[in-house]
Amino acid sequence: MKPENYSERRVEIDGWPVNVTTYQLGGKWHAKADNVSPGAGLARAEADTPEAAEQQVLDRARELLARTKRREV
Amino acid sequence: MSSYAHPEVLVKTDWVAGHANDPNVRVVEIDVDTKAYDEGHVPGAIAWAWNTQLCDTVVRDILPKSQFEKLMTQSGVNNDTTLVLYGDNNNWFAAWAFWQAKIYGHKDVRIMDGGRKKWLAEGRELETQAGSATPSAKPYRANEPDYSIRAFLPQVQQAQKSGRTVLIDVRSPQEFTGEILAPPGLPETCQRGGHIPGAHNVPWGRACNDDGTFKPLEELQKVYSAEGVNQSSPVIAYCRIGERSSHTWFVLKYLMGVDNAVNYDGSWTEWGNLVGAPVEKGAEKSAGQA
Repeated sequence: MKPENYSERRVEIDGWPVNVTTYQLGGKWHAKADNVSPGAGLARAEADTPEAAEQQVLDRARELLARTKRREV
Repeated sequence: MSSYAHPEVLVKTDWVAGHANDPNVRVVEIDVDTKAYDEGHVPGAIAWAWNTQLCDTVVRDILPKSQFEKLMTQSGVNNDTTLVLYGDNNNWFAAWAFWQAKIYGHKDVRIMDGGRKKWLAEGRELETQAGSATPSAKPYRANEPDYSIRAFLPQVQQAQKSGRTVLIDVRSPQEFTGEILAPPGLPETCQRGGHIPGAHNVPWGRACNDDGTFKPLEELQKVYSAEGVNQSSPVIAYCRIGERSSHTWFVLKYLMGVDNAVNYDGSWTEWGNLVGAPVEKGAEKSAGQA
């Protein structure tokens, strides 16, 4: 099996830049979300459509990013 | 274009595709997210979980020698096997595994340039069934650990005081300044934010192209020489838990030939929790590009 329709796009969630990667493998769509800086993975999901897979990772990323505290420097 | 100092430690995706069935090659995927492998992986590759198979799960440490030998034997790796490592996040934990393999003296270990990201983007064949390895008939024999490529806390404390070693903090600018204590969305693992006084902030990703591959030598030299690194500099790289810094250590030592580069795997999780350790907050004093 080969991955198809690989794409990456950047979105912003609560002020944090997030990279969303999506690709199709067989009949399923896979998505993952990483914070852009430093590039750590936040969420991964599999669904029947790209929209559903992306929505799952964006929801999870939002939940995790909401826990990140910014401090005064 | 100049060649890397040790070009033999990097292989291209094409090379890996062509050696999928080579009995002298063992391909291993090591991801930050250990579920990534199950989605699909390089045909024939096995997986190592960094959090259970590549560290001591009781003491905070790398694998003890005996466990490293066991892992290699069970993975079908002989002392003369070409070990090819790749993973997600532009090979963060593949570099961590590379570093450990070098500590234990494995001769031929290589990284697949671009890692999992490039393999996927190129639309290469993926296997979804977990790979299995036939354990080696002859037990793997590791060398005694070579800690010349690993910095422990006293060495870092000494380096910070003397100012004669280049300290490279490879975390994001927000982690470096102390604005955040961990990468956005990840658990905080330290009591204090900031960086080791005198450290330069060179985020690991500055060594990579957009497709995940390493930048050419000239570009790498430009990035690190601006921070005072030259071929003979003693350099200590650190991050939060030591995996991003093993990526930078790999770049410095194997691509650029900075022989005195070491990885401080205790990293900020150790330093930022130490009672009485000096901490600097805010941007780099000497305003390096971050």
